[in-house]
Amino acid sequence: MIDNWRDALVDGAYIVTAIFFILGLRYLGNPATARKGNQLAALGMGIAIVATLFSSELEEGGSINWTNIGLIIVAIAIGGLISSVMARKVQMTAMPQMVAIFNGMGGATAALVSVAEFMHKDGIGRGEVTSIVLGAIIGSISLTGSIIAFLKLQEMISGRPITFPSQKMVNAGLGIAIAVMGVLIVWIQDGSTAKLLMWIMFAAALALGASIVLPIGGADMPVVIAILNSLTGIAAALTGLVLSNMAMVIAGALVGASGGYLTLLMAKAMNRSVPSIIFGAFGGGPEGVAGAAGSQEQRPYKETSPDDVAISLAYAQNVIVVPGYGLAVAQAQHAVRELADILEDRGVNVKYAIHPVAGRMPGHMNVLLAEANVPYDQLYDMDDINDEFSNTDVVLVIGANDVTNPAAKNDPSSPIYGMPILNVEDAKQIYVLKRSMKSGFAGIDNDLFYDPKTSMVFGDAKGVVAAMVSAVKQV
Amino acid sequence: MDREVLLAIYVLLLAVFLGAELIGKVPPTLHTPLMSGTNAIHGIVLLGAMIILGQADTWWLKAMGFLAVVLGAANVFGGFVVTDRMLEMFKKRPGAGQK
Repeated sequence: MIDNWRDALVDGAYIVTAIFFILGLRYLGNPATARKGNQLAALGMGIAIVATLFSSELEEGGSINWTNIGLIIVAIAIGGLISSVMARKVQMTAMPQMVAIFNGMGGATAALVSVAEFMHKDGIGRGEVTSIVLGAIIGSISLTGSIIAFLKLQEMISGRPITFPSQKMVNAGLGIAIAVMGVLIVWIQDGSTAKLLMWIMFAAALALGASIVLPIGGADMPVVIAILNSLTGIAAALTGLVLSNMAMVIAGALVGASGGYLTLLMAKAMNRSVPSIIFGAFGGGPEGVAGAAGSQEQRPYKETSPDDVAISLAYAQNVIVVPGYGLAVAQAQHAVRELADILEDRGVNVKYAIHPVAGRMPGHMNVLLAEANVPYDQLYDMDDINDEFSNTDVVLVIGANDVTNPAAKNDPSSPIYGMPILNVEDAKQIYVLKRSMKSGFAGIDNDLFYDPKTSMVFGDAKGVVAAMVSAVKQV
Repeated sequence: MDREVLLAIYVLLLAVFLGAELIGKVPPTLHTPLMSGTNAIHGIVLLGAMIILGQADTWWLKAMGFLAVVLGAANVFGGFVVTDRMLEMFKKRPGAGQK
């Protein structure tokens, strides 16, 4: 209060931070400037952190508590160090999990800040209590939702929808209980009853986050991660409202909005509404899986060897590679690039067709192929390449499944009916690399595999592609 | 509700529109880095955790604040580092054969 120049400087620094975030996001939208954009945003964040260390907000009862300042610095060092090492070491294929876990940490922070702020202050205004309640709920849901998403992506729990009896009732009950407690807390405002309610609501919101994400299948993870990212942004903005911290309000709102927008894009790419993804337990009921497995065994399909594929690739003119999550699991991106390189040396025209929801997060395939040094102008979005399949000699589907299933176009009874797919079935010859005939994450049988033009190659994608590389060399 | 909160709500609404506007033109190639970059940006909630810990006067508030700062810092640092690693790899033409 006394030294106002100090707070003026801190606020000035926050304005710089906001500008850096906005410019950073703008640069992130163009491949040529994206790296600079991220670095600009990181710089903005650094400025905000340093400025906050000098803020009078950190004072307790009018004087600086040096122990607390020390603790802050130690805590930042611990968190920063551990996560930087994790971020350096993580494999590019595990990127979705990494983003999920960092997102959960952000959600946890927002929830902890909201609850702590409520516990240690009395006589807070209604507007602030409302922000606190919402921040605590959204942050908690984001935390446990992200943990479940992480466990699913890491395959520590099944990627298939996990359901239990009357799950929807339980979720609805939890949701209503949380809403009622939230309203009560805002009504009572403070005192021990409100504080007790806050703890119970906090626990209920944690439970709800986990039980919402559990029944969502692995194939819907790109959407789930986008939603959770958006939620943490919103929670951060709400926390900023409580603390009257404009840097937090602006950054949180930017992320909340961009995450929400990305969610809608993903949902559109799957031709499904966001509520149906969250509440649908898609394609995963036990009957769905059993049914698919039953019909699978009776239908005939062709199998071939990597050598045969290599020959038809070597003599083709136009080849399109369709990568999917299986490529990520097998770490086959480098082998695929090698194959494309030797084919191009022979004069074959190789392109990659990227479905918007291929993989486990938006744009997952682009990152993997970039890691293998595939230039990004060789990657084509679905809309840009779909007309070219009919002029293509050979399509190589590597670990992709649902995004190539013609049932999405032809079979109104299919759970994925209406989803835009890659027109792989229009090509002259199709090879599908898969580990086995088992149906994918979504548990739906793929008609493409039984097409007369299709041959299956079973095995680990990396090994199979490597075998093709050496076979092409000998042609 | 005092004016300050009201003002903050205006700022929030404007930032929401700006956020949607900024993302609208991003090509799918960049969706993963974009998500991971915005993921780092929401680590801004670290500032709130710092304020809580700075004002903490009981052991349990200190514990909550400390945990919040650790997690918030992890979100910030990890998020930016991982995004930088991804974007480092995005190249227009085939580069040298290293990682």
